[in-house]
Amino acid sequence: MSTLTEGTAPVPASAPIVKPTVKIRSWKIPITFGGFAVLSLILFVGLGRGQRGELSTFRLSEGRDLIQLPEVALPTFVTGVFVAIVLVLLAAVSAWLVYSHRKISIVLTILFALLFLVGFLAWAASGSTIPVPGLLIGTVTLSAPLIFGALGGVLSERAGVVNVAIEAQLLAGAFSSAVVASATGNPYIGLLAAMVAGALVSMVLAAFALKYLVDQVIVGVVLNVLVIGLTSFLYSQVLAPSANLNSPDVFPRLNIPLLSEIPIIGPVLFRQTIIVYVMYVAVAVVYFGLFRTKWGLRVRAVGEHPQAADTVGINVNRTRFVAVTLGGVISGFGGAYFTLGAVGAFNKEMTNGMGFIALAAVIFGQWHPIKATLAALLFGFATNLQNVLGIIGSPVPSEFMLMLPYVVTIFAVAGFVGRSRAPAADGKPYIK
Amino acid sequence: MKLELRGITKRFGALVANNNISLTVESGEIHALLGENGAGKSTLMNVLYGLYIAEEGEILLDDVVQKFAGPGDAMNAGIGMVHQHFMLVPVFTVAENVVLGHEQTTFGGRLDLSAARAKVREISDRFGFDIDPDALIEDLPVGVQQRVEIIKALSQDAKVLVFDEPTAVLTPQETDELMIIMRQLAESGTSIVFITHKLREVRAVADRITVIRLGTVVGEASPTATNAELASLMVGRAVELTVHKNAPELRGTALSVKNLTVIDARNQVVVNNVSFDVQAGEVLAIAGVQGNGQTELTEALIGLQHHVTGSIELDGKPLRGHSVRHILDSGVGFVPEDRTEDGLVADFSIAENLMLDRSSGAPFVKGGNLQLGFRAKFAAEKIHEFDIRSQGSDMEAGRLSGGNQQKVVLARELSRDLRLFVAAQPTRGLDVGSIEFVHTRIIETRDSGIPVIVVSTELDEVVALADRIAVMYRGEIVGIVPGTTPRATLGLMMAGEHAPATEAVL
Repeated sequence: MSTLTEGTAPVPASAPIVKPTVKIRSWKIPITFGGFAVLSLILFVGLGRGQRGELSTFRLSEGRDLIQLPEVALPTFVTGVFVAIVLVLLAAVSAWLVYSHRKISIVLTILFALLFLVGFLAWAASGSTIPVPGLLIGTVTLSAPLIFGALGGVLSERAGVVNVAIEAQLLAGAFSSAVVASATGNPYIGLLAAMVAGALVSMVLAAFALKYLVDQVIVGVVLNVLVIGLTSFLYSQVLAPSANLNSPDVFPRLNIPLLSEIPIIGPVLFRQTIIVYVMYVAVAVVYFGLFRTKWGLRVRAVGEHPQAADTVGINVNRTRFVAVTLGGVISGFGGAYFTLGAVGAFNKEMTNGMGFIALAAVIFGQWHPIKATLAALLFGFATNLQNVLGIIGSPVPSEFMLMLPYVVTIFAVAGFVGRSRAPAADGKPYIK
Repeated sequence: MKLELRGITKRFGALVANNNISLTVESGEIHALLGENGAGKSTLMNVLYGLYIAEEGEILLDDVVQKFAGPGDAMNAGIGMVHQHFMLVPVFTVAENVVLGHEQTTFGGRLDLSAARAKVREISDRFGFDIDPDALIEDLPVGVQQRVEIIKALSQDAKVLVFDEPTAVLTPQETDELMIIMRQLAESGTSIVFITHKLREVRAVADRITVIRLGTVVGEASPTATNAELASLMVGRAVELTVHKNAPELRGTALSVKNLTVIDARNQVVVNNVSFDVQAGEVLAIAGVQGNGQTELTEALIGLQHHVTGSIELDGKPLRGHSVRHILDSGVGFVPEDRTEDGLVADFSIAENLMLDRSSGAPFVKGGNLQLGFRAKFAAEKIHEFDIRSQGSDMEAGRLSGGNQQKVVLARELSRDLRLFVAAQPTRGLDVGSIEFVHTRIIETRDSGIPVIVVSTELDEVVALADRIAVMYRGEIVGIVPGTTPRATLGLMMAGEHAPATEAVL
């Protein structure tokens, strides 16, 4: 059959293969909705909170805003009953959609989540006031280190190096920025020091992963433990005795003219510290760099198919090394948030597992800088919700609320990670 | 451009992969490099392409000595390569793959893909490829992916083009088309090195043939040489190219598969409503280009696939939905297509590998204890019986040659009490001697009254072994035809065309 014949049929068009797919009915979403609907019935209706006509007040403006929005007061019990009924209906709709083999639109999911949130807030704030701008401002602020960490993780993993050491990079950034900013009296030099520290941690990761082919997850875990130990040691031996090394200036909140006066959005996005403003830029730059530049194409190529990159003359390990180091720079910068953006001093283990949440955001965000940012915002929101409810005195035990960010993380990653696809060569060293 | 290799020697430790190889390819010539798997063809080409650095020898282009430190240098000198395993990033578009490594940028480092798109269209028009520059590689059929590889090389103005086993993944039709493309390229002045172990293709397209055995050039041949001459040159002795077998002695239906559908993890239907019977005492060969559902079909038979509907009955007893253990105990023998991944544990000894799927009880395990004495005796017997060339039963399986590894797998499976034997790609990557051995064993198994299923992408193997041939295309069986069906018909079926009068043999 391999002899050449005259006038062989014309070369066929490059029609893509369309493999038939079947929709296996996934009851994941209706079951989840159902669970939350039942939960809302129990909480909002069953417990009968607010039956004596208490109001839940949502404050939409801050005192110093130019444009003051009125406060919204909802009757707690009525709102709860209404929300619970709508949620039950939505769960039923989703079950019916799945039953009839139709897609559940993302809009429905967002609507469901928002409604549950409103119901939950109304229920928790029975008789008191929820400061909505405060809740959201805190979300953005608390998300900052997560977003920086996630961006660092995305860069590293897109190049094919698993970055479990985000925690170490954040912590190293936090420590060195505090010390250097205190010593020099200039927080901007502290930021620079944070980037250097993050880069150093990631260079160790890159060297072991790329040169010595050590298992990348193990190197990452060891680096986390190492940096925790090192910074804790230096803290108690050096920083605790001489407090002037651990009292950096904290960046003030900068109001951006005009933009900061937009109701709700203004205070949330444009009354932040310089670290948050840099974060906006970082998200855009990482996205642009990865998907719109020659450099990004090569980074993604070595993360997906290093051999193909090698055969067109791209130096795989050098490309990976640079990407991982840049990732460390970004994560380290995020570490400065803890000391220069918030607390104003370094404490032992002050990153408190944020690096791992950032890692979850990388996965939940499907290794995409913008989706990872949104994931980090979700986790930041969960963290801040717990803070706010603790302040206004919620009926839920505070220990339980402390679990909230982590519960959200587990649900998010477990529920959606099946659908996302990691870079094909992520975690695999390239050996010719 | 004229390419000349002079005295290339490449060693890996003690192994000499290329020993003093010299080769000249004239401008506009198709030069075939013929040799068995492991003869050193790919190593030689990787030296040429700058991926390996040779210990001795030199590379000349138009009589100028070249020094390649990496593939980039080779490409700049005008050498292009179409790799056996495509060097394409699956999640990138055609244009992105073509431009990778030679990107053009606009202001601010922005990637400029418009020039790449134009280039893809231009080359694609020149050869009548009709390729959309914005299609994702993973959505394209392999034959088209190969054309993208060719475009990639040509976009770098390659004057010497190396095709490394290019037909391994193609249908016979696509193979014919590729040969026309190779001719077109040669006529436009490109020098072509065509690496293969398939005699038929060499004779069809090559201008000159160089035969390599064990890293050394053993001779040159002209395309007019016969298959037998080429084969004996390649192997080093006279080779039996046909398998001797008698007419099958059919003993009634043993395996019956009805409406089998397999859905993979991405919810794609990879095996679509497949039905067939296999009689005791016959070989049913499942032919088709790789990736048309054969792998998943065999895995479904052995219980390794999760979403399976339909029925599988062996001797009237249902197999579907049972555990792999249960299916093995029902007498199903299985040779997986990737022996190093799924067939063996490379770090285990031959003896351990021989008992790998029999660790649940007597005679290898009694009271939770391994019966080491029995195992050693068993292993020694099998090593003798299957002619496994080794340094004894304690030798690690990973250190055996491919052919001997496959013999270990065969010995393990065939020494059980079988009711069905499934062999997936049983001779992939083996030397000719081992292929003869495996084929003989498969026919012996058939003659002992066991139904046999052989999955193969090699048409030669299918034709040599099969009593009946089922051709798979995109998850479906296009037709089941007698073993005597002409290759042309089989080739058309492998491209999805229904066979004439298939019902007659059902």
